[in-house]
Amino acid sequence: MLHEPAAKLKDDKAALRKSKLGLKLFLVYGLIYAGFVSIGVIKPELMGIRVVWGLNLAIFYGFGLILLAIVMGFLYHLACNRLENKLNHEEETP
Amino acid sequence: MIYEVHTWAVIIFFGFVALVLALSFYFANKTKTSASYFAAGGTIHWGVNGIAFAGDYLSAASFLGICGMIAFSGYDGFLYSIGFLAGWVVALFVVAEPMKRMGTFTFTDALDYKFNSRSIKFTAAISTLVVSIFYLIPQMVGAGDLVVPILGLPHWAGVVIVGSVVIFIVATAGMTSTTYVQFMKGGLLIIFSVVLTFYILNKGLEKEPNSDHHEYVSLSISFDPSGEIIFEDETDYLVQGNKEVGDNEFFLLEKDGIANWFHLVLRDEGLFLDEMLTIVTDPDGNTSYNGAPRSDKMFYQVGHLTMVMSDGEEVESSGPTNPFNFLTKIEDSEVVRYIRTSFEFDNSSVTGWYPEITPGTDIMKPGLFYKLEGASVWEKLNFVSLMLALFLGTSALPHILIRYYTVPSQKDARKSTIVAIAAIGAFYILTLYMGLGAMINGVLDMESSNMSGPLLAKSFGLGLFAMISAVAFATVLGTVSGLIVASSGAIAHDLLDKFFKVKMDDSTKVRAGKIAAFGVGIMAIILGILLQGMNVSFLVGLAFAVAASSNLPAIIMILFWEKTTSKGVSSSIMTGIVSSVLLILLSPSMFERYGLAPEAALFPMDNPGIVTIPLSFLTLVLVSLYTRKKEPAAS
Repeated sequence: MLHEPAAKLKDDKAALRKSKLGLKLFLVYGLIYAGFVSIGVIKPELMGIRVVWGLNLAIFYGFGLILLAIVMGFLYHLACNRLENKLNHEEETP
Repeated sequence: MIYEVHTWAVIIFFGFVALVLALSFYFANKTKTSASYFAAGGTIHWGVNGIAFAGDYLSAASFLGICGMIAFSGYDGFLYSIGFLAGWVVALFVVAEPMKRMGTFTFTDALDYKFNSRSIKFTAAISTLVVSIFYLIPQMVGAGDLVVPILGLPHWAGVVIVGSVVIFIVATAGMTSTTYVQFMKGGLLIIFSVVLTFYILNKGLEKEPNSDHHEYVSLSISFDPSGEIIFEDETDYLVQGNKEVGDNEFFLLEKDGIANWFHLVLRDEGLFLDEMLTIVTDPDGNTSYNGAPRSDKMFYQVGHLTMVMSDGEEVESSGPTNPFNFLTKIEDSEVVRYIRTSFEFDNSSVTGWYPEITPGTDIMKPGLFYKLEGASVWEKLNFVSLMLALFLGTSALPHILIRYYTVPSQKDARKSTIVAIAAIGAFYILTLYMGLGAMINGVLDMESSNMSGPLLAKSFGLGLFAMISAVAFATVLGTVSGLIVASSGAIAHDLLDKFFKVKMDDSTKVRAGKIAAFGVGIMAIILGILLQGMNVSFLVGLAFAVAASSNLPAIIMILFWEKTTSKGVSSSIMTGIVSSVLLILLSPSMFERYGLAPEAALFPMDNPGIVTIPLSFLTLVLVSLYTRKKEPAAS
C-alpha cells in the first residue's frame, strides 16, 4: 500500500499524442513570452507606445500573455478530450 | 508606522482562524492512512482541486508582494504577475499529466519512477526541502507584516501565530484539510480582490486621495553667495546640517524643536527642499520617526497624484472610470513616489524616503525597479534571468506538483490545472489595479511594501480591511500548509521510508510525517523572524530560481530524453541547488543584507536563473552521456 498511487490510473493510449501537442503549444507560448522579454531588453522604449484602446504595449502585451494562457489552456483541453475519446475508445471497442 | 487596532478586524481575523482549525479537527478523524495524509486519498474533485491550486499558488508573494511592488515601483511588479502565470503554461502543457502518471505521493516518486535510484530519492528530497524552505521564508515574513496592523502585535508574534496554526492544520489532517483551507482561501481571495478593484475604479483618480492625507512640505529656497540657504517664504526653519549621497543632497532642518531631513530638488520654478520620511537611529539605539517618537504618529502614509489628466484636461478628480480608462488616465497623469536612501550622519543611521514626481508613462512600463532603458548588460541579464526563473519555476515547485496526486485521474489533473490558470490569471490582472490603487490613494507605509493591499482596503472602510486582512492571512496559511505537507512528505516518505529504508507501517509513517511537519514549521518561524522587512515577491522570485535550477531540468529530461540516467538526474539536481543558493548568497541584495556595499557583490545579479538553469541542464546531459553505458537509461 505504501508505494502505490493514491488513486489507481487507467492506461492512457493518448498520452504520447497529448504530450507532443503540449510540447508544441509550450513552444508557441514560449516564443511569444520570449518576444515580450526581448522587447524589454532590446527596445524597452517600445513598451511605452500606445497600441490599442489607449493601452501601451507593456500593458497590452502583459494582459495578452495572461489571457492567451487561459485560451490556449482551454483549446489544449478540448484537443486532449478529442484524442482521449478517439484513442482510448478505439482500444476498448473489440 | 503606528497602526490602530480595530475590534471588527480582530473578531473577523480570529473567526477565520477558528473556522480553519474546526475544518482541521473535522478532517483529522478521516485521515488514518498515508495516502489520505499525503495525497488526500486521490479523491478530490477537479474543480475543488483547481481552486485549491489557486489557493496554494497565490501566496503572500502574489497578494501582498506583487501589490506592494506595483504600488512602489509601478509596472515592474506586474512583471511578476505575468511570469507567475506564464509558468502555468509549462505546468499544463508539459508537466501535469506525466507527473500524475508517474508519481504516488511526492515529486521524488515521479522523478524516481523509471530508475528506483537511491541517489535520486536523496537529492530530490533535499531539493524539495530546500525549495520549500526558500518559499516558506517570504510567507512567514508576510504573515508577520499582516498581524502588525490587524492585532497590533509585533512582527515576530505574527510569524509565531501563523506557524502554530499551520503546524496544527498539517499535523492534524495533512493534505485533506490543507486542500479545503486552500480552496476556501483561493475562492475568497479572488472574490475580495474583485470587490476591492470595484472600489478603486469607482473612486477613480483624485489629487486629494483622502481627508487626512498629509501633503509633504516643499520649501522654495535659494543660496546666497556664501552658500547659505535663503528661505523664500518660510523663516522658522533652522539648518542643522547637510549630507550628499551620490547625486542627491539632503538638509537637516529644525522647526518647533523637531528636526527632520529635506531633499534638495531643482524644478522649472526654481530650487526646493522637499520634506522626507525618515527613521533615524542614534548611537544609543533610540529611534525617531520624522524627528519625533514613534507614538507621535508623524510617520505618515504617502503616495498620491500631483496631476490628474482626464480626457485631455487637467482635473481635480476623474470620477468613476472603466478598467481601460483607469490605466490610460494614470499614464497621462503624474504620481508622487517615495525613493529610499540611507546614510550616516553625526553617528546616527538615517533611513529616508524622498518624494519624486514620476510621469505616468514611466509608471506604466518596465524600468523603475528593473532598469532597462540605458541599463548595463548585467542589469538586462538580471531582468532576463528573473523572467526565465518565473516562467520555468512554477512547474518545478514541489508543493504545487504534489497537488496532482490528490485527484483521481490524469484528465482531472489537466482539468484542475485549467481551472487554476483561469482563476490565477483573473487574479493577476486584478493585482495591477490593486497595486496602482494603493500607489495613488495615500495609503503606502514606507516601512512595509507588503501592506499596500490591505491598507488600501482600509481606506475604503474597516469592514473591507478586516475581510481583506483575514483573506490575506488565509493566503499565508494556505500556502504554508502546502509547503509543510510537501516538506513533511519529503522527510517521512522520501528520506525515512524510501532512502533510509526505516521500517514503518502506515500509521507510523503518518506519525513521522506529522513530526516532520512540526520540525519544518519551527524552522519556518525562526527564518520568518530573522528576515523581517524584505519584499516577499522578491524572495519568492529567488525560490523560483532555486526550483527551476534544481528540479525542472530533471523533470524535462526524464520526459523527453531517453538517454537520461539516474546519476545524470541526481547530479543535475545537486548542481541546481548548490549553484543557485550560492549565487543568491553572493548577490547584491544579500550583500546589502550583510551590511556591505551591493556593488561589491561577487555575483552581479540578484536572480541566478540564467546561469544556473542551463548549468543544471548541461550537468544532466554530460553526466548521463558519461554514465549511460554503466547503467540502463530511462525507458
